[in-house]
Amino acid sequence: MNAMPNGAILSATGIHKRFGALVVLDDIDFAMGAEEAVGIVGPNGAGKTTLLSVLSGAYPPSAGTVAFKGGDVTALPATQRCRLGLVRTHQVPKPFGGMTAFENVFVAASHGAGLSRDEAYEEALGSLKLCGVLGVANRRAETLGLLDRKRLELARALAAKPTLLLLDEIGGGLTDGEAGELVETIRELRRRRIAIVWIEHIVHILLQVAERLICMDAGKIIADGEPQAVMADPQVISAYLGGGPK
Amino acid sequence: MSNQIVQGILLGGYYALIACGLSFMFSVMRIINLAHGSLAVLSAFALWLLASRFHIPPFYGLAIVLPLMAVIGWALQRFLLERSARGGALLPILTTFGLAIVIDNFLFEQFGADTRSLAPFIGSLSYDSWEWPGSIYVGKLAVIIFVAAVILLGGLQLFLTRTGLGRSIRATSEDPDTAGLVGVDARRANAVAAAIAMVTVGLAGAFLGMRATFDPYAGATQLLFAFEAAVIGGAGSLWSTLIGGIVLALAQTLGAKVHPQGFLIGGHVAFLIVLFIRLYTSGLGLRGLLRLSTGKAS
Repeated sequence: MNAMPNGAILSATGIHKRFGALVVLDDIDFAMGAEEAVGIVGPNGAGKTTLLSVLSGAYPPSAGTVAFKGGDVTALPATQRCRLGLVRTHQVPKPFGGMTAFENVFVAASHGAGLSRDEAYEEALGSLKLCGVLGVANRRAETLGLLDRKRLELARALAAKPTLLLLDEIGGGLTDGEAGELVETIRELRRRRIAIVWIEHIVHILLQVAERLICMDAGKIIADGEPQAVMADPQVISAYLGGGPK
Repeated sequence: MSNQIVQGILLGGYYALIACGLSFMFSVMRIINLAHGSLAVLSAFALWLLASRFHIPPFYGLAIVLPLMAVIGWALQRFLLERSARGGALLPILTTFGLAIVIDNFLFEQFGADTRSLAPFIGSLSYDSWEWPGSIYVGKLAVIIFVAAVILLGGLQLFLTRTGLGRSIRATSEDPDTAGLVGVDARRANAVAAAIAMVTVGLAGAFLGMRATFDPYAGATQLLFAFEAAVIGGAGSLWSTLIGGIVLALAQTLGAKVHPQGFLIGGHVAFLIVLFIRLYTSGLGLRGLLRLSTGKAS
């Protein structure tokens, strides 16, 4: 029954999510292996962010189960999932504005990763450095610009020591140079054997990291597999270009 | 004149003490606790009961009452405020308003309408004073209260900035959902914050009872002072609460100098002036009023 592929770190089975009469996720089945990097693309309103929210525990699915590291986490709140190693970032960065960048990351290291004071200190500095925000560590997060906020969002998630990181459009609004830095950072995470699910509209940066691509449309997975093959899939092209003449 | 200023500053310490719990609960849980003053009076009555029935001096009685207040705060948050907060912003205000009525009438039913004081139980401390140069007499109790307020506010500030639990409370106050996403148990952080706020209320109630008198319906006045001091200071940091308390007390003592009945009016005038300036500069809304960080880029 619980179709869990060998070595799967995360599996979602029969996920439905309805908001009133609106069906946002319609019977999603999804599993991924440890250390895998999965990209998710799809037009606006396809349900990508909602899927991420259900996986991270922001809200429960209307039906279906989520399993992480072999245990059923469907009923676990986001806090508990974070401590298990399932961490997400937001599309719009949500720093703790009144706290410094360092404190933002330090909170995640001490509470999310459960590190001791000294370990959390090291982990926080490491995460800030990796994401390129060490230079603004002592500035209050509300004074940071969008780019630094996005980097801080990633650094904070990293400090919680995820085994699976869910990224929601962290590449949006970046210049080519900034996107290049982001790709380097993500590659470093891959070297650290962190599994990644990454929603992104900018497909060319996603393809530099993802080894598997999923395309969603109208609450369903319409293609899943090797990235180039998915991008060439007629259904994917039609979902993006609004369908051609029949 | 300098006498009034010294007395005003010292009285400001008491107002900071009673205001800090109110602004702390507002800045962390976004709850305006209208039962704040009544809870302070509850603490005063508990100390009075211990002193008059069991001959436990108030300063020792604090060792019993303050932990009790912490438990009350924790339970209040877990079983009452947390649930009512799910019903929108207005419901917790109504809930705490109801709670204030319950506490006031419970005290009335238990202790009657008599006015009490803890002063008889602290010996000469209630009227002892030092003479400062310039014929200024400062009460020892007033100095103790002021020092206690500074230590409490400083300790709380250190706790919030230097400890893991303190940081988790600050993160929760900024954004409880996001705090959850980075592993902070927001419910626990809120319950701890409520417990701390009630300890400060308990201490404020003790000093209220020592420096003045109280009766079962004295809570509303204390709530008003706490609210005025909190708004004047703004909830930006705990030190601004101390400033708010001092400004309120100075306005009151100076008001009393202008006219014998001017004590309360002086405080209200200062409060209203600050209120209008705040409304004029930061617009309507409690967040602007209390100068809370909005989390947006400046």
